Amino acid sequence: MLEIKNVYKTFNAGTVNEKVALNGLDLTLQDGDFVTVIGGNGAGKSTMLNAVAGVWPIDMGKILIDGQDVTRLSEHKRAKYIGRVFQDPMMGTAATMGIDENLALASRRGMARTLRTGITKKEHEEYHELLKTLELGLEDRMTSKVGLLSGGQRQAVTLLMATLKKPRLLLLDEHTAALDPKTAAKVLALSDKIVHENHLTTLMITHNMKDAIRYGNRLIMMYEGRIIYDVRGEEKANLQVSDLLQRFEQVSDGDFANDRMLLS
Amino acid sequence: MDIMALVNALPGAVAQGLIWAIMAIGVYITYRVLDIADLTVDGTLCTGGAVCVVCMLAGWNVWASILAATCAGLLAGFVTGIFHTFMGIQPILAGILTQLALWSVNLKIMGKANQAINVDKYDLLVSLRYIKDVPFYQNTIFVVAIVIAVLIALLYWFFGTELGCGIRATGCNANMARAQGINTNLNKVIGLMVSNGLVALSGALLAQYQGFADINMGRGSIVIGLAAVIIGEALLSRVFHNFALKLLSVAVGSIVYYLVYQVVIWCKVDTDLLKAFSAVVVAIFLAVPYWKRRFTKPTVAAKGGEKNA
Repeated sequence: MLEIKNVYKTFNAGTVNEKVALNGLDLTLQDGDFVTVIGGNGAGKSTMLNAVAGVWPIDMGKILIDGQDVTRLSEHKRAKYIGRVFQDPMMGTAATMGIDENLALASRRGMARTLRTGITKKEHEEYHELLKTLELGLEDRMTSKVGLLSGGQRQAVTLLMATLKKPRLLLLDEHTAALDPKTAAKVLALSDKIVHENHLTTLMITHNMKDAIRYGNRLIMMYEGRIIYDVRGEEKANLQVSDLLQRFEQVSDGDFANDRMLLS
Repeated sequence: MDIMALVNALPGAVAQGLIWAIMAIGVYITYRVLDIADLTVDGTLCTGGAVCVVCMLAGWNVWASILAATCAGLLAGFVTGIFHTFMGIQPILAGILTQLALWSVNLKIMGKANQAINVDKYDLLVSLRYIKDVPFYQNTIFVVAIVIAVLIALLYWFFGTELGCGIRATGCNANMARAQGINTNLNKVIGLMVSNGLVALSGALLAQYQGFADINMGRGSIVIGLAAVIIGEALLSRVFHNFALKLLSVAVGSIVYYLVYQVVIWCKVDTDLLKAFSAVVVAIFLAVPYWKRRFTKPTVAAKGGEKNA
């Protein structure tokens, strides 16, 4: 479904700040895979997601979605296939626009934007029902500006936006990291529910190893721009946090102690 | 000081304020909707006036001339948009470049620095002379008010369409817009075009109103536009939340600006100082929201209550 083939990306090439973010990355996702991604800071997790989303061009390699080469496709054109939720709750929504308007924008992902009305009455009713499923009471304040919502509420809305028009691929970039633990758990459970109900192929970055084990059918660990560990199915289900830590220690020669992965 | 002199000058001030309101609405679209400070407008205003006057002198109908002026504005906005999106130049610099180029273009359009048009010989839509002693439907204040009403209705419709919503999203959060499949570059170009089209339309009316187009007529107009936007918001943002009403408040801001301007002139203030005065007033108003954020405690809403998520 998604194929990342030998992808390289270096930031600030030729300067003192040169950083090889992706170093010959290879990854193939099957249809319906829910993959959790872990790895230390600077391992290239977010870079991988941004490369797939087309935020900037990659230096080398190929990215295919459903067999179609999207490597040279611009970000907004790739959006047709991809739903995204970001780490920063501010990033996924238009703060000065209403909840309903944000959803309407998302429901037109991948379609030509014409001079037809931006949000129809029928849509309004659909969104009302949809927001009810969040159980956050947002259905009663649909025309409120998204900027007035809390971080957790915004992430929930962004999640709906990313999946409103069923994407071929869902990219979740530490989307609960900026939330308090209770809210994070809620948003994560909601993500899991949406992914399963729609059978979405998903890449989810998390820095919480327990979550990485608990959710999804496959887990990958990244280090220095590559995948160094890839487990699925039964084997993944039986993983312990200590296994992951050990695994990481092996490859990173102990410089792992400084990493915030320890926190989880 | 003769109070009647002031009273007599007020209708003229209102008419001018209304004509500049169209320009200010254009500024609102770039400054508030797209979040770009577009300096092209200083040149576009004159382009609009120049094209309109030259077309009319060539025997064109007044409406056709105004349309041609508006199209010239669309083109100027397009050029700035290309500078910014395709060539990657910062928006403020892109605008300055177009503005500079327009200086030459405007001179070439007019053939000289000032091109007059006689209200007695040509059938103008608006004029200084159409303020008093004309039937109401010919009165410049009435005519321009109708034009503004139509423009606000059109813009309200446009920014409610799929395309218009995309432009608003682009200005609000370009990352999110791209993630939702919106071509942000295209939308910025369209926004800049609409804005400059409006400014040129305003210039076309202004040239008719004062009876000439002048190479300097647009100088500093961005400041007047911003002043109108800011005054309108200061006066009405608490009561006007709807997009159409926000545009209306810009128009009100423009009229208030010219009324105050008239009062200042009436007080015999040295008119050479007026531009400096406008700049200082706008600077202070722009600083107020910044100071508010800096020197007051953050409100509960600003902290983003995570608890109720």
